[in-house]
Amino acid sequence: MDRKRSYYEDVALFDSKAKLFWFFVLMAFLVAYPHIVPSNSYIYMANLMAINIIVVLGLNLLVGFTGQISLGHAGFFCVGAYATITLMIHAGLPFIVALPAAALISALLGFLLGLPALRLEGPYLSIATLGFGISITKVIGKMQFFGGRQGLHAPELTIGSWNLDTDLDFYYLAVGLTVLLTIAARNIVKTRVGRAFIAIREDDIAAQTTGVNLTYYKTLAFALSAFYTGLAGGLFAFVLRFIEPEMFTLLMSILFLAMVVVGGLGSIMGSITGAVLITWLDLQLRHILTIPYIGDWLRTLSQSWFSITGVSNIQYIVLGTIVVLIMVFEPLGLYGLWIRAKKYWKTWPF
Amino acid sequence: MSFFKVENLSVWFGGLAAIDGVSFEVEPGQVFAVIGPNGAGKTTLFNCINGIYKPGKGEIFFKGNEIVGLKPDAVARMGIARTFQNIELFDHMTTMENLMLGRHIHMKTGLLRGAFLWGKRSFAGREEMVHREKVESIIDLLELQSVRNKFVGALPYGTQKLIELGRALALEPELLLLDEPCAGMNAEEKQDMIFWIKDIQDELGITVLLIEHDMKMVMDISDQVLAINFGRPITQGTPQEVQQHPEVLAAYLGEDA
Ligand SMILES: Nc1ncnc2c1ncn2[C@@H]1O[C@H](COP(=O)(O)OP(=O)(O)OP(=O)(O)O)[C@@H](O)[C@H]1O
Ligand SMILES: [Mg+2]
Repeated sequence: MDRKRSYYEDVALFDSKAKLFWFFVLMAFLVAYPHIVPSNSYIYMANLMAINIIVVLGLNLLVGFTGQISLGHAGFFCVGAYATITLMIHAGLPFIVALPAAALISALLGFLLGLPALRLEGPYLSIATLGFGISITKVIGKMQFFGGRQGLHAPELTIGSWNLDTDLDFYYLAVGLTVLLTIAARNIVKTRVGRAFIAIREDDIAAQTTGVNLTYYKTLAFALSAFYTGLAGGLFAFVLRFIEPEMFTLLMSILFLAMVVVGGLGSIMGSITGAVLITWLDLQLRHILTIPYIGDWLRTLSQSWFSITGVSNIQYIVLGTIVVLIMVFEPLGLYGLWIRAKKYWKTWPF
Repeated sequence: MSFFKVENLSVWFGGLAAIDGVSFEVEPGQVFAVIGPNGAGKTTLFNCINGIYKPGKGEIFFKGNEIVGLKPDAVARMGIARTFQNIELFDHMTTMENLMLGRHIHMKTGLLRGAFLWGKRSFAGREEMVHREKVESIIDLLELQSVRNKFVGALPYGTQKLIELGRALALEPELLLLDEPCAGMNAEEKQDMIFWIKDIQDELGITVLLIEHDMKMVMDISDQVLAINFGRPITQGTPQEVQQHPEVLAAYLGEDA
């Protein structure tokens, strides 16, 4: 018990050689991934996953770590996407400047939304953020400067002399940024600012009496969360190379939140697994109607029972059911599973 | 200029006065006890001092500065820390992390420097090490080593009370407000707590403002005692003097009988 220990161990990213080893294994896998998958659609899927991981990290910092809810993150995603493209087209900025600038614009909006949020909690905050998410896309959709309802086409994506015109190029950009932002988020929650966030979630009175400025840290959490989400939005603009206001729906905000909750509130690992799992499910379920026999049956089921418009919506029903089941069996989300697995393996030889 | 002074403080909830014209002064290095029956307004007094409530009337001076109107975090930065009657800990954080929150005001790492925690030599890395060492010394002092890395929410009541004390000490305050630190403790835990409060006064030189129901303990460790009832001051003096006061006698003997 009395061994002299370095206090750095408590916060070190890799507190053991084994962790460092696995980190390098993961990095090697990420580098090799696009070359070992059978088709381009896997790269496209990984790109979406990377973008969603960034969003979910940001949203988890706000919801899971600081304890403030948001139902409007599609709004920040939208702002990031539009700001990046607009800054490139109209201000002639290179992508590498436009992307962080767009994230900062989103962060500024996050800060402004954080101000009224100081007086709101729980359901009231949900409604306020929901209002923001819905109205921001309507505002953008009305302005010709932003392409109105026709949307905007993304310009060519280059960084210096690197022309990122394929999914493969974009993969390295998106995954590289995701790794950096994951480590940054993990470092933030392990140090002073992150502790202040968690303290506010746990007990805001006690947090204040230990010297945490509630106004500052609550708005900072909103700004930081919006920064991550805005940056992810800027990347998203180049996935389809086209954006329109209708893409950034309330459903999108809810899916982001589902990724946070399914992965595990207040967990960096959970943010990653939640985003990966739900992105995968969402993509897979889009093809659910093409499955032989079951597909036709599901279409009939959907159209006769669940859909007013006749457009089949069964994939969302299946997705929702899976989310409900995960929460019923593991309320802590995938992160809870991970903790239990870790415990299991620790005690395994005995 | 006195070290700590409350002047003519009054607080109303609705039409009812929870505190009604309370004044007192605390000398540096004292243990100053506030006693009174349930609902007398003791906790409300603490809540006014550290900025959770804003009093309707009156003033509070700490080292010559008016602190009424300051937010709780600003009061903490001035050097006033406290514990709560109903434990207010960060349940899903470890003992170490709870105490690290006590170091918040002494640290500088912000968002950017925190995000770039690249190794021991980075600013954030160095700062973490310095302050973890400080916290470790408090963990040693209060003998909390065995729960250092445990989440505090599931720990026994007595241990939680101690962790709260540790968190307050981590702020390195000049004035420490303790709201019934021994409530709900067994005899042995109480004895330890008395010992530590004396230590805090003697070794660390921290001035203590104490709310306590246990008269024996109050007699034992306080230099000055203020008795209040229905928010009004009854008497103030040394423990012996206050104990002799008829209204205090009535309140406490009446309670025991
Ligand atoms: N936030 C509040 N709103 C309304 N009334 C309050 C509030 N806080 C305290 N009171 C009332 O003020 C009075 C004093 O309460 P306080 O908690 O200060 O008593 P206390 O002396 O600490 O009692 P105890 O020994 O039971 O802890 C009580 O009548 C209480 O009901
Ligand atoms: Mg009380």
